[in-house]
Amino acid sequence: MSEIINEDTRFGLDKKVRLLGPLPLDSGGELTPVEIAYETYGTLSADASNAILICHALTMDQYVASQHPLTGKGGWWTDMVGPGKPVDTERHFIICANVIGSCLGSSGPATINPATEQPWGMDFPVLTIADMVRAQALLLDHLGIECLHAVIGGSMGGMQAISWTALYPERVKSAVIIASAARHSAQNIAFHEVGRQAIMADPRWRGGAYYADDDPPSSGLAVARMAAHITYLSEAGLTEKFGRRLQDRDSKTFGFDADFQVESYLRHQGISFVDRFDANSYLYITRAMDYFDLAEAHGGTLAHAFKGSKTRFCLISFDTDWLYPTSESRTIVHALNAAGAAASFVELSSAFGHDSFLLKNPEMNRIVDGFLKAGEST
Amino acid sequence: MSKLRPDLQIIADNINPNARVLDIGCGDGALMAALRDQKKVDARGLEIEPANVASAVSKGLSVVQGDADTDLSAYPDGSFDYAILSQTLQTTHRPDVIIDELLRIGKQAFVSFPNFAHWRVRMSLLIGGRMPVTRLLPQTWYNTPNIHHVTIDDFRALVRDGKLEQEGEWFLSGDKQTGRAMANLLAEHAVFLLRRQIVPGLSQRDEDQKWRMTMNF
Repeated sequence: MSEIINEDTRFGLDKKVRLLGPLPLDSGGELTPVEIAYETYGTLSADASNAILICHALTMDQYVASQHPLTGKGGWWTDMVGPGKPVDTERHFIICANVIGSCLGSSGPATINPATEQPWGMDFPVLTIADMVRAQALLLDHLGIECLHAVIGGSMGGMQAISWTALYPERVKSAVIIASAARHSAQNIAFHEVGRQAIMADPRWRGGAYYADDDPPSSGLAVARMAAHITYLSEAGLTEKFGRRLQDRDSKTFGFDADFQVESYLRHQGISFVDRFDANSYLYITRAMDYFDLAEAHGGTLAHAFKGSKTRFCLISFDTDWLYPTSESRTIVHALNAAGAAASFVELSSAFGHDSFLLKNPEMNRIVDGFLKAGEST
Repeated sequence: MSKLRPDLQIIADNINPNARVLDIGCGDGALMAALRDQKKVDARGLEIEPANVASAVSKGLSVVQGDADTDLSAYPDGSFDYAILSQTLQTTHRPDVIIDELLRIGKQAFVSFPNFAHWRVRMSLLIGGRMPVTRLLPQTWYNTPNIHHVTIDDFRALVRDGKLEQEGEWFLSGDKQTGRAMANLLAEHAVFLLRRQIVPGLSQRDEDQKWRMTMNF
């Protein structure tokens, strides 16, 4: 059961659906109804065999190849998704849904709790990556898509993609997992905790109940974003971009203004982020990532997650990514080899750290293009 | 279909259709693609050079970037009908360990290598007094990836000492097959097909393997 809530007059864009679910959650409860905001591009073939699901990262959204309603910016992965691109709007039917827990239209802490008719705030249930994936499966049921030609994701999107192959192996023909991991490391959790504490230390956070007077903990969220943003880059990238150069001044001010370009850049990243993201969503999604450990759900043996898998896998990592380093991808590859799954893996060179997967990279495009086309010829 | 390198063609000709194959050091996947297209082989590859991996994956092949010296342990025992190591043995840190791994992962193993006892190599060292640089060994001593030069007779000794069965041998000179006679002198290149000797009872090696399997993952 479902109802279409609103639909942009442009085909496939700004779609939103309320699914009655219920969606059982790993925390023990269930979520009903489940609202999912999503974008689609291209046309679903008559046999529904050309569907590709794109899973977005922590602070991304469903606007993978269309204009963001708040920032007005174009899609976040237009080098990968578009006419004639590896994920081809002419060939594929592409779906990208805002993850539950987020704040761009899908059920999350800022949406209305039907029991109280108030925003959920911290009463929203704590989610896992698997919960997000199960919600996406509900959406595919609604769209009449039984089997995905491919599921593709980078970073947290990669965690969802790999979870798809473990939770619904028969529904995924191929999976592309970029700059990701099968579990969150202690270092990953540590950085997230810094971000969460920055938000919760902001007096305007007020236990998450800040929606009524529209006075959110922007300072805390901005600091969380600044800290996280450093982890998305590389030392070489920061040095190349900013070095020790000063910002619009000839000498140091001997004060605490943003003397350095890198400070100014980070402040800008923090300030612009709060205009498009909800602080509570940041808490919930980082928590879901911290809880992620695919092996844990399979008796501690990652290879068991892929036992008998018919899915084709393609993994890509970047040599300067220290947040989700190559070793994490290699752990997945070793488990796939142990399970006898069809796996491809390559570490690409890029100066830009974890963010590399979002940037123009012809080699990454060539690999994804060939991998997807090979799945279409068989 | 472009022509395969002669040693790869010999391997391709001697692989059964529908087999499961692991090509270690698969390059851009030329052999894997030929096996897939001509013999419906389920081929997987391991390759160290990212650009080669990218080329292979873009052909739709399942190739993993990795190092034969460190990444073979993830593959389960007997998970392939054939393990292939073409022109790679001489670049590994421990060729004996690698061959052991090949025959753990594959029921049979193809190994091809340039013969360091070919007469041109011998002449080059004897007359010139310098480390040989030949068509099959084109790099100089300081930048060559070939750190364990091997001759056909050396390899035969390794097979004998390792208690391995030799199921086939092929020799090449100037891209043409040549005979067995004086192969160690006349062949530029050799291809061997190996399998483990079947010995009754559980050997120490099997015990080692069992232990290793329980340690993995």
